[in-house]
Amino acid sequence: MSKKETKLDLKSNWELAPSLESTSHVNLKKEYQLFIGGKWIKPSSGKYFDTNNPATEEKLASIAHGNTKDVDLAVKAARKAYDTNWSKLSGKERGKYIFRIARIMQERAKELAVVETLDGGKPIRESRDIDIPLAANHFFYYAGWADKLEYAFPNRNPKSLGVAGQITPWNFPLLMAAWKIAPALACGNTVVLKPAETTSLTTLLLAEICEQAGLPEGVVNIVTGAGDTGAEIVNHEGIDKIAFTGSTGVGKIIQNAIAGTDKKVTLELGGKAANIVFEDAPLDQAVEGIVNGIFFNQGHVCCAGSRLLVQESVYDIVLRKLKDRMESLIVGNPLDKNTDIGAINSKSQLDTINHYIKLGKEEGAEIYQPEGKLDKKGYWCKPTLFTGVAQSNRIVQEEIFGPVLAIQTFRTIEEAITKANNTPYGLSAGVWTDKGSKIFNMTNQLRAGIVWANTFNKFDPTSPFGGYKESGFGREGGLHGLEAYLKFPS
Amino acid sequence: MSKIITSIKSVSVDQVGINDRVSRITARSVKNEAKIHGLKMVLNMIDLTTLEGADTVNKVKQLCYKGMHLHDSYEDLPTVAAICVYPNFVELAKQELKGSGIKVASVATAFPSGNSSLEVKITDTQMAIDGGADEVDMVISRGKFHQGEHNYVFDEIAKIKETCGKNVRLKTILETGELGSLDNVRKASDLALHAGSDFIKTSTGKISPAATLPVTLVMLEAIKDYYYETGIQVGMKPAGGISNAKLALHYLMLVKETLGDKWLTNQWFRFGASSLANDVLMQLEKQRSGVYQSKDYFSKD
Repeated sequence: MSKKETKLDLKSNWELAPSLESTSHVNLKKEYQLFIGGKWIKPSSGKYFDTNNPATEEKLASIAHGNTKDVDLAVKAARKAYDTNWSKLSGKERGKYIFRIARIMQERAKELAVVETLDGGKPIRESRDIDIPLAANHFFYYAGWADKLEYAFPNRNPKSLGVAGQITPWNFPLLMAAWKIAPALACGNTVVLKPAETTSLTTLLLAEICEQAGLPEGVVNIVTGAGDTGAEIVNHEGIDKIAFTGSTGVGKIIQNAIAGTDKKVTLELGGKAANIVFEDAPLDQAVEGIVNGIFFNQGHVCCAGSRLLVQESVYDIVLRKLKDRMESLIVGNPLDKNTDIGAINSKSQLDTINHYIKLGKEEGAEIYQPEGKLDKKGYWCKPTLFTGVAQSNRIVQEEIFGPVLAIQTFRTIEEAITKANNTPYGLSAGVWTDKGSKIFNMTNQLRAGIVWANTFNKFDPTSPFGGYKESGFGREGGLHGLEAYLKFPS
Repeated sequence: MSKIITSIKSVSVDQVGINDRVSRITARSVKNEAKIHGLKMVLNMIDLTTLEGADTVNKVKQLCYKGMHLHDSYEDLPTVAAICVYPNFVELAKQELKGSGIKVASVATAFPSGNSSLEVKITDTQMAIDGGADEVDMVISRGKFHQGEHNYVFDEIAKIKETCGKNVRLKTILETGELGSLDNVRKASDLALHAGSDFIKTSTGKISPAATLPVTLVMLEAIKDYYYETGIQVGMKPAGGISNAKLALHYLMLVKETLGDKWLTNQWFRFGASSLANDVLMQLEKQRSGVYQSKDYFSKD
């Protein structure tokens, strides 16, 4: 009997017309200064660097490049604000300011979303529906804790640390700034923050919002710049606490640098999460979770589900469904409301991803990418699958930070756990099964800071986030996130 | 028979995941040419329906005319796909629609409750077929389904399909509003698919909730899996509660991204609706003229 035609025709003739988010309400400045002590000041070096739109490769603005002097100025401003003002305010008063920041973020949400998309390349759907609302929610959430620290840690006498030096990554610029600034302020600390150099704009808008909210000068300081600027913050003597989100490589450098000092530190680093699909899983929803796990934000997600482990008996059907689902993913202009996968954040990141795709092919893995053309201008990468891979493949071991998924199979629960844990990382994992007891069995054995069950890449301010092993330590979010910004003198 | 059924293993459904997927679909922005194209497709997929105790000869006649002439001041509009009536109006509708290409669909099998014997249901179906129905919309026995008598439900559908024969297409109404969970919707869908339905349909329109996007997605996924497995294409018909153009476009988006182009025709997708057409016509006029017109410019039938 000949096999019947069962192919779906998902590259539809019914093409969606462009539906671009308006940018008319966004007025970017030509040049952005450093935000230190409540004032916008020029960098002492006089140097600026460009920030570009990765979808068009066009320049958006010039950003000040902060150096030693600027960082020193910022730390001193933060210390002064801490000593004279912020640490002396009651929790209730601090909370008022933080609530105000959250509300203004909501008011300016549309503007923030568009700028996040312009500067970083992420689809407007995500910045509008996820990044910005979630960032505002973090401020709301921690505003609520500001006057309740004694209740959060009863009989432990929680005290603020002082000045926190914070370094954020380029994948969720505003959201990561919110994750860091909101709990720091709620606990009574002041902040010197450096955003990633490719995506400084929304953090600078957040500085504007702090001004708008009447936040006392020096409580939040933003020093833009590159890795050297970050190093100045890490090494500055006046810093009491480092909070870093970024690569494991840089995380190791930071830990080396602060060894022997009494700086507290939290590191939120890379990941290579296993997304584990059992045969009794809700398969169509699992496929959606696989898509959200690896193609969300172009795969620029430290907790991305970049390794798919599928139980052997459902491997064919899951792979087929996944490929069909990928046909309807729209790669293109991030400002289009229908775009699913936007632009890769930078040329250098695109090079890294392409390097791994090449490596995967060389390693003998089978590649799959849906058909379709990419724009010539801008940095783009198609959603990509690799099958026929082993634990020893580099594309299975190393973090790619792009829309590239490595797929393996397993037979037993033990094999799934062994494979999932066989990585230097331990940030997140996903489990897909209809059976509750199986979920709890897995969560007990997976060495990952976050385990999602029948979902993936879901975030909430009330839920702690952080890793095991080389994915870092310390938690952000929830009650645990407060602890990272407090000390408990006996 | 029962051997076949026990081998039907329905995949589980996660409600949260279904709702997530639906909200992602409803975030799709359908504009300009895509919208006009979509709206015309919607009109062409409507099973224009009247299923009231108060139905009269004239009402059915008017409905047939409306189905053929949706809005004559707008050129190149398609007709609806079918007129859906009770069995006693099938002959009349058939006559009124002669030469239009519009199908006549009839509900049968003790619609809407389905609470009768198989013999009565077959007679009911035969009556519709004898009147000239092109399509029969049957209801499943929800009571039997809930009692776990899936074999009974399967056999009943298979029997009605047998009565329909090859030329009359069978739409099987699951009445999802009475099934209680998405897992049950999936199970009932799988039964209906394997028993030989030509379409699976959400609702009678007589109880609330009728069609919803999550339920429709679950059913589309069942159709997809059946197609993967057998190569047999089965149609989908959400019915009841779809009364505005925007919602109808969401449904089409769901079809587009779940099953693709092959299903984007009235051969394989239908809307069971009585008041959807006018809202779609209003939207089309709005696209054409740039302004909304009063409801009174569109005929109510």
